Amino acid sequence: MAGSNPNAKPMNLTLKVWRQPNRQAQGKIVDYQVKDISPDMSFLEMLDVLNEDLLRGGQDPVAFDHDCREGICGSCDLFINGRSHGPEKGTTTCQLHMRKFSDGDTITIEPWRASSFPVNKDLSVDRSAFDRIIQAGGYVSVNTGGAPDGNEIPIPKEISDRAFEAATCIGCGACVAACKNASAMLFVSAKVSQLALLPQGQVERKTRVENMVAQMDKEGFGACTNIGSCAAECPVGISLENIAILNREFLAAKASSNNLA
Amino acid sequence: MSWISKTFTSSIGRKIIMSLSGLFLCTFLVVHLIGNLQLFKHDGGAAFNTYSHFMGTNPIIRTIEWGLVLGFGFHIYEALMLTRRNKAARGSQGYVSNHSEQNSEWTSRNMGILGTIILIFLIVHLYNFFWRARFAGDIPKMGGADPLTRDYDNLYMAVVDSFHIWWYVLLYVAAQISLGYHLWHGFRSGFQTLGLNHRKYTPAIKYIGYAFAVLVSAGFASMPLYFFLFTNAQGELAANASAVLQSVAAAF
Ligand code: HEM
Ligand code: SF4
Ligand code: FES
Repeated sequence: MAGSNPNAKPMNLTLKVWRQPNRQAQGKIVDYQVKDISPDMSFLEMLDVLNEDLLRGGQDPVAFDHDCREGICGSCDLFINGRSHGPEKGTTTCQLHMRKFSDGDTITIEPWRASSFPVNKDLSVDRSAFDRIIQAGGYVSVNTGGAPDGNEIPIPKEISDRAFEAATCIGCGACVAACKNASAMLFVSAKVSQLALLPQGQVERKTRVENMVAQMDKEGFGACTNIGSCAAECPVGISLENIAILNREFLAAKASSNNLA
Repeated sequence: MSWISKTFTSSIGRKIIMSLSGLFLCTFLVVHLIGNLQLFKHDGGAAFNTYSHFMGTNPIIRTIEWGLVLGFGFHIYEALMLTRRNKAARGSQGYVSNHSEQNSEWTSRNMGILGTIILIFLIVHLYNFFWRARFAGDIPKMGGADPLTRDYDNLYMAVVDSFHIWWYVLLYVAAQISLGYHLWHGFRSGFQTLGLNHRKYTPAIKYIGYAFAVLVSAGFASMPLYFFLFTNAQGELAANASAVLQSVAAAF
């Protein structure tokens, strides 16, 4: 099954696509037929074909988010056949290939759903709530001056590996989209544990977690009940262990920070 | 708002209360289950009634009882607050197609429903035994020759009577199945919420949680089933008990 097959035949598919003219409008599912889809196309290329057909017919193309198309930017936020980024494990939508589907399939395509992720148009979603959470504390302050020597700060290999694992989060929001509670805790925990593990993150360690969690709550994301859909759908495999670290960091910061407010 | 109330009304703070109260309720279940095993002694309820009398009158137990009230109170209150928050976060427009069964366990997605069944049971259960014994005072006394136990409530007979009512047995068993599923997810979830996730211990916590869920719910469910199927109205082994046992065994 897996792998490109030069003899694979082009596919004809039925798409059930969420169409919504703007933020305020009511949306609905609209059926489309796409023909001669190569199994080697990515899912987004298949949508490009649909849009070319629509444009040729004088119709409004389907708006969807995408940028890098190589699995690193996290833009391609599509809920496909009831799963974040489709049924394939560990992939973004742009890395999902049409060979994972069969000729004659019906595919349902919806935008991420969450109160904090309003739909801009069709499948395009406003994920700026994530940006505001990062702005609240997901950074380290760096002094100006000469560049420090790369190996000046010793970091054990095991610690740097774990920090890098957490740092692979691409901010796609698949975790929120899949979660019954629309909780953003996997996303927040990835950034909090990445920076809490590293020496560079120590200066802002307590204010970071306090402010990021406060912003996460303010944006209206839900509270984790350890269901695990997030980690199962995360394209880069951020683990639930990070949420445990987030909870520890939060409690420790609340108990010991000088912040009385 | 002070930093304390801010901490415990935040999403993570509420979860911490949920977890501490839930795990505290788990310790209560152990005590309650072990105590109730005395129903099986077949001594006409002597041991069970003595134990119940002790639990109902001992000042230390009566003090701890308030902890239990708080434990349930906090757990149910936070369940309500979190469920409300999470429903609002999910939003009114649901997915047309959502296959959450492919990425998570059913029990973990239905803790609120399972908890509500437990709550309904809890109200009936408290009314039937606790309220009648503590406040209504309409449970007959044990009587008999022993001056020590003569005036104890005969809660044993109240239990035996209840466990011969089919709908009560059914409610009891359904609630225990719900409790089992609630704990199947809840036990492990409680540790995760407290930040106790470690590659050495988390797998053990998971399987201990599964065993705990099965043992506790099967333990509690065995009592109404036993009295309903195998005993007569006095709680003595029924004459046809072995025949019933054989037909139950044959059914499997
Ligand atoms: C003997 C009774 C009960 C026990 C031992 C118990 C135990 C637990 C435990 C250990 C958790 C996990 C806490 C966590 O993940 O942080 C939990 C979660 C939960 N419980 Fe209960 N519970 C009981 C009764 C109830 C009742 C009566 C309700 C509802 C009215 C309820 C609703 C919930 C909900 C909504 C959750 C959240 C799901 C989650 O966080 O995993 N529980 N319970
Ligand atoms: S944790 Fe995973 S699913 Fe969530 S935003 Fe980051 S990469 Fe996407
Ligand atoms: S388009 Fe960048 S990850 Fe898919």
